[in-house]
Order: sequence, then C-alpha cells, then structure tokens
Amino acid sequence: MPAVAGAERLLGEVEEAEAALREAAERALDGEASFDAVIAADQKIEPRDAMPDAYRAGLIRQIAQHAHSEIIGMQPEGNWISRAPSLRRKAILLAKVQDEAGHGLYLYAAAETLGVSRAELDTALLTGKQKYSSIFNYPTLSWADMGAIGWLVDGAAIVNQVPLCRCSYGPYARAMIRVCKEESFHQRQGYQSLYVLAQGTPEQRAMAQDAVDRWWYPSLAMFGPPDADSTHSAQSMAWKVKRFSNDELRQRFVDMCVPQAEILGVTLPDPNLTWNELRGHYDYTSPDFDELMRVVKGDGPCSRQRLAHRNRAHEDGAWVREAAAAYAAKKNRKVMA
Amino acid sequence: MTSDVPLWEVFVRPRRGLAHTHAGSLHAPDADMALRHARDLYTRRQEGVSIWVVPAAEITASSPDEKDSFFDPAADKIYRHPTFYELPEGVAHL
Amino acid sequence: MELLALGDDALIAAQRLAEWVSRAPTLEEDVALANIALDQLGAARMLLATVGDEDELAYRRDDHQFRNCLLAELPLGPSRGDLDFGWTMSWLLMLSAAQLLRYTDLAAVADEHAAGIGAKAVKESTYHLDHATMWMHRLGGGTEQSHRRVQEAVDALWPYGHELTEGVRDRWLAIVEPVLAEAGLTRPADRWRPDGGRVGRHTEHLSYLLAEMQSLHRAHPGAQW
Repeated sequence: MPAVAGAERLLGEVEEAEAALREAAERALDGEASFDAVIAADQKIEPRDAMPDAYRAGLIRQIAQHAHSEIIGMQPEGNWISRAPSLRRKAILLAKVQDEAGHGLYLYAAAETLGVSRAELDTALLTGKQKYSSIFNYPTLSWADMGAIGWLVDGAAIVNQVPLCRCSYGPYARAMIRVCKEESFHQRQGYQSLYVLAQGTPEQRAMAQDAVDRWWYPSLAMFGPPDADSTHSAQSMAWKVKRFSNDELRQRFVDMCVPQAEILGVTLPDPNLTWNELRGHYDYTSPDFDELMRVVKGDGPCSRQRLAHRNRAHEDGAWVREAAAAYAAKKNRKVMA
Repeated sequence: MTSDVPLWEVFVRPRRGLAHTHAGSLHAPDADMALRHARDLYTRRQEGVSIWVVPAAEITASSPDEKDSFFDPAADKIYRHPTFYELPEGVAHL
Repeated sequence: MELLALGDDALIAAQRLAEWVSRAPTLEEDVALANIALDQLGAARMLLATVGDEDELAYRRDDHQFRNCLLAELPLGPSRGDLDFGWTMSWLLMLSAAQLLRYTDLAAVADEHAAGIGAKAVKESTYHLDHATMWMHRLGGGTEQSHRRVQEAVDALWPYGHELTEGVRDRWLAIVEPVLAEAGLTRPADRWRPDGGRVGRHTEHLSYLLAEMQSLHRAHPGAQW
C-alpha cells in the first residue's frame, strides 16, 4: 500500500509536542508564577494551580465533550464488529473500538483534575446536557464506512488533536499525547482497509466510493463552524488551549486528503476542489453548517439512537455497579472490625 | 459510574530498573478491581511490568500556595549537588 | 481434544463477548471485556490456522460443521438478544476454567507449534478465569438482587458444563466449585446433560450467530478484505 502522506508528519508533531512539554518543564520561572506568566512562558498549568474560572469551565466543557465523543464513537464502529468480513479485520476493529473506550477514560480522568466528578460527567452525557462530536450521529451503512471513518473521521480528529498536545493545561496535553500516539494506527488501518476495497471487485469499489461520498462533508464539519461564527475560539487561543482556528485546521485537512484520495482512486464529492496556486492551498466547498447546527442540537440521523443506547447500557448496568459497591462496603467493614 | 465509585491513581513501572511513574487514574469499587482495570487500561500495549493503584483520596499533596516555603529553601543549598565541588585534575572514579 | 473444536469454542466465544462492546456496566469493564474477546479471537485464529484457512473455516462453514460446545454459542442472557452481566460472568467462569485445562494439556503435547499456542493461551485463560472469579465473588456477595441473578444464571448454564468438561470434569470441578462456594452460591445438582456440539448438532442459537457473522463475507464470494 502506498504511504499515507501526512500521517508521519503529524506523528512527528506529537513527538515534538512531547519534547516541548519536557523542555518547558526544565525552564524555571522566576519568583511567584501567576497564571498569566505561566501561559506567557508556554509552561503548563497544573491541577491545583490558580486559574480563571472561565479557563476552568471552558476546559471542562471541551475535555468532557472530547471524552463523550470517544464513548459515543464506539457505537457506529461497534456496529460492524459482529459482521467484519475477515477475522483479521474483526480483531483490528475490536481493538480500535476498545481503544476509544480507553481514550474516553484518559480524558475523563483529565477532566476530573479540574474538580468535576465522573458521575457528573456521565450524567451530563446521558441527559444530553453536554454534547459530543456531531459526526457520530451519522449511520454506518456498509463495511466501507469502517475504512472511510478511519481515513476521514480519524484523520480529521488527528488534525484537530495534534495541536492539543501543546495545550496549556498539563493533564489535557499529556492525555492527548497518549491518545494521538495510540490513534496513529487507527487512521492507517482505515486508509489501508479502504484501499483494499478500492482495488477490489466492482461491488467493493462502489461501496468505497459511496462511503467517501457520505463521510466527506460531515468530516469537514468536524472542525466546527467557520471562524467568523466560532464563539469560544478567541479566548481559547489566547489561553493556548487552542492553537489554530477552525478554518486553518479544516484547510490543513483538505490539503492532506486530496492527494490521499488520488492514491486511493476514489473521488471526493466536491466539483469545486481545485488547487489554488495563489493561496498555496486547495479551494473547496464548505460543509453545510446549518446541517451541522441541526445535528449538534440533536436532530442528526442517529442522535436519539446513540443517546438511547448509552442510557440503556447505563441502566442495565446499575445492578452490577450496586453489587460491586455493596461488596466493597462489606469488605471494608470486615477490615475495620 | 455512580457517585460513590472511588477514584484510584495508577502508577506503572515501565521496565525492570525504572521507578513506577504516574500513568493516570480510573474508577473502581475496590483495590482488586482497580488493579485489574489498570492492567487492562494502562498496559494494553505492554507499557508495564508492575502496577500500583492508590486511592486518590489517600494522597496528601502539597498546596500550590505553600510552593515557595516548601521548595525555595532548597534553592540555595547548592552544596548538595556534586557539581559544587571542584576536584584536582586527574582524580578518577569520584 | 481436537484443535478445530478448541478453535471453534474460542471463535464463537469471541463473537458472543464482542456483543458487550459499548454496553458494559462501566467503561472500565467495557475495556476488560473487549480484552477478553480479543484474546479469544487471537487464540481462535491461531488454532484454526493450524487446521486450514482461518477465514474459510470461520465464514464458509454451516452450523452443522462447527465443533464448538453448546455453552459457547448460548446467548449471554436467558433468551436470544439478551445481554446479562451475571449470566456472562457465570458463562465465562465455566468456559475459561475448561479452556485453561484444555490449553494446559495442549502446552504439553509433542507438536511444538501446537504446544506454543497452548502455552500462550494458558496465560490468557488464567486471566479470564481470574476476571470471572472476581466478579462471581462480587455478584454472589453483593446485593440480594445480584446474588439472585447470578445464582439463576449458574443454575441455567450448569447443565452445559457436562459437554464442556468431557474428560476433564474432576479437574474442572476442583476449580469451579471453590469459586461458587466463596461467592456464597449453590453448586447445582447434575441432572440434564445437553450435548451434540462436538459432532455438529447445535442449539437453535448458533445459526443466528453465524448468519450475522458470515453475512458480509458470504455476500461477496472470493473478495479480498
């Protein structure tokens, strides 16, 4: 299979972010380091440091949303584990979906360092009070969707996440470094799986193209509303939580995907996709942001289904969690006696 | 996933000869389960040869407000570091 | 015991366990169950590859050609479509204890390749058994409800333990009975002994499981994935 251009570069950026984190830790700050001084010096804020309320609240919102996305994201892919067409693909998919649960847990742990409890976070997801990435509200209709999700959705996620490895909040930056390193195989397996389909039988090729047609614009929408309409961006950039604007990252993603699509032999469903010599970037058609807002507000094709699934798992597991808690309490009493 | 499930901090020894380092945290009703979940969560890619789990509530941490009084007094005790001592030329193994 | 039968046990068990993905009582347990499913799938692939082509065997056989024991194919709850955690842990206790014994024996055979598979799988089964044991203690000794539910599951699954443990029953009882005792659960009496899996006479459940597992592969004969 041809190399995935860009993937190595992104992984290199994760390594650089990790090196920068260590390097920043070596630089001592003079005297009493205020929040602003730490941010200005590109150092990390740590859990018990003083921080503005809005910084804390914004991070909780962002990390929680990120964690929820990992957890809900298990469903569309989990949907195909039972039908994976070879045992090798079954193992890969199962490991990938399992990683998503793990990444959700790393991120919940990072959010908890900001003073919110896991129970509060669970409730916020189950009641729909906190959101998750709108992309997971689209259905996975064929096996090729596993490839398209790996290539486009994980690809977009990595473009979004790599800069977060440099986020000013230490626990989030460290969690993201771990997540990005582990996810590097996710995008590759997706691309490779799609490549095999695109070289396969006519039915497989049609399946691959159909999946790309359906996932392209929702993937572009993953970078959020255009910069002009983005509510949280400016402050988030000043606090070095976010490092690039939505549109910058979206452009970076488009530029990465076009040559990758050519190697795959699939067509990206955008007639306006052309190289702009002047800008040094590809011109492209923006996703339908009205659709994005509808999906974010809960009217995506699978929004209700995904949340109902999560609630059902939570309710069905209640008796098990109660049993484990009761057992632990009995054992504690025995130790005390 | 209910409010009572305690939080555990996880420490992993990556290889023989290295110290346990903090890997992250997780929720579990008791120590045995915390240890097993830690194995599944933090050593999926052979990241460790030994794991500790510690109830987060049992950790006593220094406060950032006391940072100066706690750590700055050590700053001027440079004689604790070997580089403080100049040695005559030719001395080996010291 | 035949490698094909061992491989089918592991394959069908993996397919069942994977049903838990995104549905476990806690996220931590979701990760744990997926680990066990991955171990089962890995063992299945190694075992099937010693007999033939793993995908041919997994995807192109009909239910009567499978040699797994009946226990492995049962739904993980009282009826089709159910997913019950107490049921699953009772099932895993019974299955992993038997697999541990089968793999221990396999690790001692003369064929080096087969023995290597056995040795690797012994470690995994030990962990699966440990996981199931831990939960049996907690469910058996947890709440009144959990005790009742897990006892019902043990009662319902126990008869399938006969076929599962043919030839190793005493050693298997020596593992399983103390776990039940420690969990405060009653070891059911030995009465009904359903069997037939090893000769391809299965329950109604297997063909449903295979229909789902094989649907995509069979819809594209000869395709590469």
